[in-house]
Amino acid sequence: MTRVAVLKGGRSLERQVSLKSGARVQDALERLGHDVVGIDVGHDLVDRLRAAAPDVAFVALHGRDGEDGTVQELLEALGIAYTGSGVSACIRCADKVLAKHHMLDAGIPTPDFFAFNETAFKELGAADALPAIEERLQFPIVVKPSGQGSALGIKFAAAPKDVPGALVAAFSYGDKVLLEHHIDGRDLAVSILDGEVLPVVEAVPREEDFYDFEARYVIGRTEFVCPAQLPEEITVRAQELALEVWHVLGCRGFARVDLMLGAATGELTVLEANTVPGMTETSLLPLAADAAGVGFDALIARIVELAL
Amino acid sequence: MTIDDRDRRPGGEPRRMAPKPGARQTSRDLERYAGLFAARTRVMKSSAMRDLMALTERADIISLAGGLPDTSSFPAESFAAIMGTVALDSTARSLQYGPTEGLAVLKTCIAEVMAEEGMTVDPDDVLVTTGGQQVIDLVCKTLIDPGDVIIAEGPTYPGAVPTFCSYQAEVIQISLDEDGMRIDELEATLERLDREGRRPKFIYTVPTFQNPAGTTMSLPRRRRLVEVARERELLVLEDNPYGLMRYEGDPLPTLYALDGGDFVIYLGTFSKILSPGVRLGWSVGPRPVLEKMNIGKQASDLCSSSLTQLFVAAYFASGRWQDYVHSLREIYRRRRDVMLDALAECLVGGRDEFRWTHPQGGIFVWVTLPDYIDTTDLLARALDEHVAFVPGRAAFLDGRGASSMRLNFSGVGEADIREGIRRIGEVVREQVELYGTLTGSHRIVAPQPEPAPAPADQQLADVLHLPRPPDRRRQRPGAREG
Repeated sequence: MTRVAVLKGGRSLERQVSLKSGARVQDALERLGHDVVGIDVGHDLVDRLRAAAPDVAFVALHGRDGEDGTVQELLEALGIAYTGSGVSACIRCADKVLAKHHMLDAGIPTPDFFAFNETAFKELGAADALPAIEERLQFPIVVKPSGQGSALGIKFAAAPKDVPGALVAAFSYGDKVLLEHHIDGRDLAVSILDGEVLPVVEAVPREEDFYDFEARYVIGRTEFVCPAQLPEEITVRAQELALEVWHVLGCRGFARVDLMLGAATGELTVLEANTVPGMTETSLLPLAADAAGVGFDALIARIVELAL
Repeated sequence: MTIDDRDRRPGGEPRRMAPKPGARQTSRDLERYAGLFAARTRVMKSSAMRDLMALTERADIISLAGGLPDTSSFPAESFAAIMGTVALDSTARSLQYGPTEGLAVLKTCIAEVMAEEGMTVDPDDVLVTTGGQQVIDLVCKTLIDPGDVIIAEGPTYPGAVPTFCSYQAEVIQISLDEDGMRIDELEATLERLDREGRRPKFIYTVPTFQNPAGTTMSLPRRRRLVEVARERELLVLEDNPYGLMRYEGDPLPTLYALDGGDFVIYLGTFSKILSPGVRLGWSVGPRPVLEKMNIGKQASDLCSSSLTQLFVAAYFASGRWQDYVHSLREIYRRRRDVMLDALAECLVGGRDEFRWTHPQGGIFVWVTLPDYIDTTDLLARALDEHVAFVPGRAAFLDGRGASSMRLNFSGVGEADIREGIRRIGEVVREQVELYGTLTGSHRIVAPQPEPAPAPADQQLADVLHLPRPPDRRRQRPGAREG
């Protein structure tokens, strides 16, 4: 019997999502017969970890502190084994801009982009470069905070007048922002468990214009197709790309890579990689595992095993 | 290429788990539950906003987002004495079911509260409810079929929105200005609906110190609304939680008082004048409607809590309930003044760049920022600075309100109000400056320096009451509206 501390909650904007993920993980671990301690992370995390003395920590924290290497670094310092990717992979994946640069360097296709932090605008007059950027990227442009998950803060700019407001909104979530050419197409997610790719999931929002926060977490708002109805060569290519990303970014344990299949081009591009993907009822990794015959409990068991 | 050889099968394909034969297309949990949910559970409120709002309750945040009255000033000894009285004098009764419409002894208290606002009611005509919220629910339950139209103010009480949605109503929101609901816009809307062959089932209004806008419907507009209701035979639900929380100006007659009982359903509550924890509100209105509401209530919860009803009745019997209301009024009035002063100091801009209402009572101020600022995104930024507010979208069902916010001043102390507004001012300034940089209209917005010290005799005044020189507001450009 293993003692597992489930780290969840925290102070990021995805706290509520994390509490849901964490609760499901805890339930599964209990059913599996582990000795489970749930920890809503806060100021007293180190004390609580020392008191719990777990054999392994299951990281179910999304966003800031949980997915960006912060808590992983802490667990390394305390010598506690933990699930999922290590510090460096988390750092690379949590910052979409950094991840995209790694992908570019490795020749992995990703949408054309520019990235800026606030000082570029305040100190270097980057605003004057906006027309050139818009020309290069072509509208519609999607503006996103570089470090924010769950589709929070994503805005679409259809024309130049939309860009300043979209930037102000995105900068509300962090000090680095990504502007990408918006690819119209199909949202595909490829999850990977210990270096093995799982069936591709397609998320088809029923009502929302894009796979936004509502579409992700409100039950019934999105149709999930797994395995995605795709030509075999696209499926294989998507899985290959996901595995390349997994290796380039140095992921470990489990992860989810999000891709777009462009409607106009028929080409696949990689949007981002997530080192602590959601484990809620509407989350994509558990769905994919389920389609591969790995039920939720078995998935959690495997993730824990890999960490020990 | 960096693909590890061990991840490839002999033929060169990546190692992958094949979907099992006949793989179901959705996860077990989704299938089990999502397919069963009734259409009415589809809520319109953004779950992203809901999750953000959950963060506002953290202890290290100055939250101007709540709607909580200040219950910390209720004397513990009084509370204990009253509960003791109830326990000893009404042991079995307080632990027992009561009639659905409520205990007679409480209805007498309710009549007293209404009399305080110039309304005479027969206690027998009162329906006691579990909080004022239940009245909104029962009115919808009684009147609304899916697709029926409800007319509400825009902005409206955010707590009513999920209730309207759960009955699948179509809600049309009428704009407010500093005198409350735009009755001209209401009439134009009713005309349009007429042409479409539609009638609203009721008009929902919070005419006095509205949550969230803080505005009060003027007397001429009250009269006109009552006239319109009579002319068209439309029901009006008047929600009046804050009527007694007046800090300046003269009380206005309620719609219920002006109507005389045919078309106005009145909603009252003990939440803001005594305690929200007792979960007691009430309704009076046209008898056939109240009868249906009674039946609906019975189907919901059988009866409200006998224990808390007897608590409130004992409280009324034990002394002057008005004294507590007066003391709350004092506390809130000072807090309102602190908030308005802080807003004037911290949100300084060009003409009409920043606007806010000046409530004569109640517990909220409604602030409107330039339209390039989205207050839902601003909240994410504000949380980093440990301050919170309610984004304006929460008060609309049609996407409006994106640049407004609701600020509460009853739930935190004066120092926190000042500091909270200062922090909000900073994040707003940051966004205004950034927008200016991005659009080439560079502006640096600085906080207003402290006003010159008042003349010597005024300095002797009690500093806690923040004496206000009468014409200071008019001299300051770009400040309050409403």
